[in-house]
Amino acid sequence: MPFVSPEIFAKQRIAAIQDYSVLSWRAVVNLFSRPRYWADVYTQMDSIGVGSMPIVVLTGFFTGCVLALQSATSLQAFGSVSLTGNLVALSMVKELGPVLTGLMVSGRNASGMASELGSMKVTEQIDAMRALGTDPVRKLVTPRLYATIFMLFFLTILSDAFGIAGGALVSVALLGLNASSYFHNSYRALAYGDIVQGLTKPLFSGFIIATVGCYFGMNTKGGTQGVGRSTTQAVVVSSVFIIIVDLLVTRAMIGIFGR
Amino acid sequence: MIENLANRDVSQSQADASSSEPVVVFEDVSITFDVKPVLQNISFAVHRGETRIILGPAGGGKSVLIKLVDGLIRPDSGVIRVFGEDVTKMRERDLFKLRGRIGMVFQESALFDSLTVEDNVAYRLHEDHVPEEEAHSRVVEALQFVELEQTIAKFPPELSGGMRRRVSIARAIISSPDLILYDSPTGGLDPITSTTIVELVVKQRDVSHTTALMITHRLQDAFLLARNRFNSKTGKVEPIPNGGIDDSTKFLVLNEGKVVFDGTTHELVHSTDPWLKDYLA
Repeated sequence: MPFVSPEIFAKQRIAAIQDYSVLSWRAVVNLFSRPRYWADVYTQMDSIGVGSMPIVVLTGFFTGCVLALQSATSLQAFGSVSLTGNLVALSMVKELGPVLTGLMVSGRNASGMASELGSMKVTEQIDAMRALGTDPVRKLVTPRLYATIFMLFFLTILSDAFGIAGGALVSVALLGLNASSYFHNSYRALAYGDIVQGLTKPLFSGFIIATVGCYFGMNTKGGTQGVGRSTTQAVVVSSVFIIIVDLLVTRAMIGIFGR
Repeated sequence: MIENLANRDVSQSQADASSSEPVVVFEDVSITFDVKPVLQNISFAVHRGETRIILGPAGGGKSVLIKLVDGLIRPDSGVIRVFGEDVTKMRERDLFKLRGRIGMVFQESALFDSLTVEDNVAYRLHEDHVPEEEAHSRVVEALQFVELEQTIAKFPPELSGGMRRRVSIARAIISSPDLILYDSPTGGLDPITSTTIVELVVKQRDVSHTTALMITHRLQDAFLLARNRFNSKTGKVEPIPNGGIDDSTKFLVLNEGKVVFDGTTHELVHSTDPWLKDYLA
C-alpha cells in the first residue's frame, strides 16, 4: 500500500466526512418530497426487520441466559440471588438489548447494504439509474435508512423480551428461583427513564447502520475486491460508531433521567 | 411495430426540427482525474438527427466524454450544452429531468440484475407511473425492435453478453428519447454479435432519426454504420447502393484526450493526417 502525506490523508478523511454528511442529510430529507419509494421501504423492512429476527431473538435469548448465570454467581456472594431478575432486566433493556441488536443487525445488514450497493456501483447500475432519471439516494438509501430505524426499534424490544425470558429460564431451571418473583422483580426494577434510554439507542444505531452501509456501498471502487473492502469497512465502522454513540446516549440519558 | 416507432418519433423530430441549435455542444471542455488529464480543450457540436461516431484508441477519454454529455460527471472547465441547457451548471435534480430526454446504453449494459428484462426495459415507464398494460405493450414493442421478445421474463444474468446489450438498447429507446448515447455497445463482443448490435443502431437511426453519439474502437463497426441503411420494406439492413455513405453519420476521433478529427466519413477517409492514416490503416 502506498504511503500518502499527512496533509493528503487529512484532506481525504475530511472529504469522506463531508460526503457522508451530505449523503445522510439527503437520505433524511428525501422523505419529505416526492417521489417517495414506499414499495422499496416495505421491501427493506421485510429484508432488514423480518430477516434479522432469528439472529436477534437467538442473541437476545442466550445473552439473557448467560447474564442470569453470571449475575447469580456474583450476587450469591451478597446473598442476593433473588435480585437476578432486576439485573437481567436492567442490563438487557438499558444496554445489552440495544447494543447487541445494533451490532448483530450491523453485521448482517450494513454488510448487505455495502455489498449490494457496491456491486451496483462497480457494474455501473448506479450510473444507469441516474441516466434513467432516478436519484439513487432517494431510491436506494432513503428506503434503507427509514426501514432500518423503524425495524431496529422493534427488534430491540424483541431482543429485550427474549433476553428477560432467557434469564427467567436459567433462573427457574438452574438457579431454582421462583418465576413469579423473577418477573415481578424485573418489572419493578425498570423505570420510565430506563425504557426511554433503551429505545432511544436503536434509533441512533439504525441511522448509523443504514448510512454507513450505504455510504461505503455508494463509494465502492476497484471491482469485486473493492466490494469486499467496502463490506468489511461498513461493518467495522458501523460497529465502532454504535458503541461510541451508545456511550454518548447513555451519558445524555443519565443526565436527563438521573439513572 | 416499426411504423409505430417511426410515427411516434417522426412527430417528435418534426417538433424539434424547428430549432436549428445543435443538440450537443462542447466548448473547450477539459477534465483531469487525479493528476492525469483525460480530456483537453474538447470542442465539437452534434446537430439534430446526426449520428456521431466517436472513434479512438482505448484510454483516450471516449467514455468520459459520453458521461459528460449525460451530466454523470462534471468537467473541470469548459461548457457543455445539451438541448441548449448548460449541464455543467445544472443541479442534479434538474439533470434528472433532462436525462428523461436522453437514452443511454452502457459499456457493460448496466442492467439491474435483480429485475427481470421486462422491469429493466420498463424502468423509466414505471418511474413515470405509466399504466401497467401500456407499459407492458411498449416493452414488448421495444423488445421486438431488438428481436428479444422471448426473453421478457428472464433475468439479466441468464442472458448472453450480446443479448444484454440488446436489452440495454431496448431500455434506452423505450421512451423515444431525443438523444441516444451508446457507450461502446459492441465492446467485448464477437464480430457476428457486434454486427447485430450495429445493425440495431442503424435501424434506430433510420427509423426514428434520433440524434446519437456512439463510441467504438472497432473501425469495421464505424464503417458498417456509415455505409449501410435500414430498408423498411425488407426489414433488413443493407449497404447503401453505389458505395454511398449515410449523410447523417459523422466522426469524432479522439487520441490521448484531444480531438484529432471532426468531420464526415468522406473527410475522414481522405484525411492526410499521418496519425489518422496510420490509425485507419
